[in-house]
Amino acid sequence: MANAVARESYGKLVAFLAVRTRDVAAAEDALSEAFAAALKDWPVKGCPENPEAWLLTVARRKSIDTMRGQRRYELASDELESAAEILQSAPLEAEIPDERLAMMFACAHPAIDAGIRAPLILQAVLGLDAARIASAFLMSPAAMGKRLVRAKFKIRQSAIPFRVPERTELPARLDAILDAIYAAFTEGWTDPGGVDAARRDLTQEAIFLARLVAGLLPKQAEALGLLALLLYADARRRARRSADGEFVPLAEQDTALWDGQQIGEAEALLRRAGALRSIGRFQLEAAVQSAHLDRRRTGRANWVDVVELYDGLFALAGSPVVAINRALAIAEVFGAQAGLDAMPEAGGDVRLAEYQPYWAARAELLSRSGAIAEARKAYEIAIGLERDAAVSRFLERRLAALSTSV
Amino acid sequence: MQYLLLLHADEAGFSSMTPEQQQQGMAAYMAYSQALIEADAMKGSNRLQPVATATTVRVVDGKTQVLDGPFADSKEQLGGYFLIDVPDLDAALSWAARCPGASHGIIEVRPIWAMS
Repeated sequence: MANAVARESYGKLVAFLAVRTRDVAAAEDALSEAFAAALKDWPVKGCPENPEAWLLTVARRKSIDTMRGQRRYELASDELESAAEILQSAPLEAEIPDERLAMMFACAHPAIDAGIRAPLILQAVLGLDAARIASAFLMSPAAMGKRLVRAKFKIRQSAIPFRVPERTELPARLDAILDAIYAAFTEGWTDPGGVDAARRDLTQEAIFLARLVAGLLPKQAEALGLLALLLYADARRRARRSADGEFVPLAEQDTALWDGQQIGEAEALLRRAGALRSIGRFQLEAAVQSAHLDRRRTGRANWVDVVELYDGLFALAGSPVVAINRALAIAEVFGAQAGLDAMPEAGGDVRLAEYQPYWAARAELLSRSGAIAEARKAYEIAIGLERDAAVSRFLERRLAALSTSV
Repeated sequence: MQYLLLLHADEAGFSSMTPEQQQQGMAAYMAYSQALIEADAMKGSNRLQPVATATTVRVVDGKTQVLDGPFADSKEQLGGYFLIDVPDLDAALSWAARCPGASHGIIEVRPIWAMS
């Protein structure tokens, strides 16, 4: 079977079963059995006219068998029976309803631990196995597997609903889904060299999910904003490393390597989001990316706009990460000292003290302001915290340049 | 689906209130219970005597051990419960948020283990 069909169908079919049984794990099991049956059956008898309906028929029968055959000790049998009946009587039309969004809202429910929402969505919607997700999120497969099982158990046993929330609740609940997709993207993004296939692909999986959500909720500005943001960032993928694999900072990237088609799509999405008049974090971050890309059109970086957008972001979500980027932008417009003044203080904040970009940004601004000894110390800490070898080498070159300039 | 809402709060809070405040507090719980009954969600509820009255019991090697005091010594104590019947966790969570106990303590929401 064609991969693209499998990819679209898998999540839709898992969602169809899970929405009716609340049992994501059983839905996944039924689907993998159905796919296994297809692999045996189709090469012999030929691909059915409607592969999705074929898979659902098989998976549904497996689910009902499982539910009836094995009386699970945790669930009352009348509940199992009613779930089985709902499944049995569910209409099997040619068009299978797309309930992936409802399933994502269950996976990103506030009652589910925030750290497991992204892995859960990747598994339920895209069928990624626990080992692959674990390697992308730098966890042991056993630990990731256990946390996924626990989250699915909670969804079922505490009856977390599978539905798109009411309009008043929707934006806040949608944020949790968008955050999870963003987390999946950034996990993949931290391996720009593409050394680790699992992590490289994760950016593409995240874009697939962002596209899915933006397509299903076209009036939610932040859903469009997130997709725009991911497309902007991904458009610069090829420019992030030199031919010999060295790290290239944004300001020195060859704009000819940026993907014009993807940038065009992102621009259109951001305009559509803006027209909905509901500003949010992802739209602002996408707008920052858009301002950075001005260099492609004009040959000059547009730092004035970037500073203004970061001011907006800082007011909206005053996170330390935003504060660091804002300080770097301020330095470009108003000088290194102004940038240093705008930097957050690490004192007392352990997360900041262990955050590599904080030290790299500090080192950069200190060296520009002439505080060489302090800059050297900051570079050393940044190098110690970095796990990407190419970035470490880049920081070491900066540090070496510092030593020779004194 | 049935859920047990376990109300945890600092017991000292109630005794340090003025009689009027205590009255108001009781009235809020009465109104909440009434709302649950009218929504046909109420399965049962009780307020517990303070932990000073608690006794723990366990059997070790066939011998019954009885100890004065609660199972867990913490700043907040289990002070009461509501057993409710609602369609799903979202409904249970919004009832928990409406409970007066959520404003002066913490409510743990636990699904009931259904027996067939």
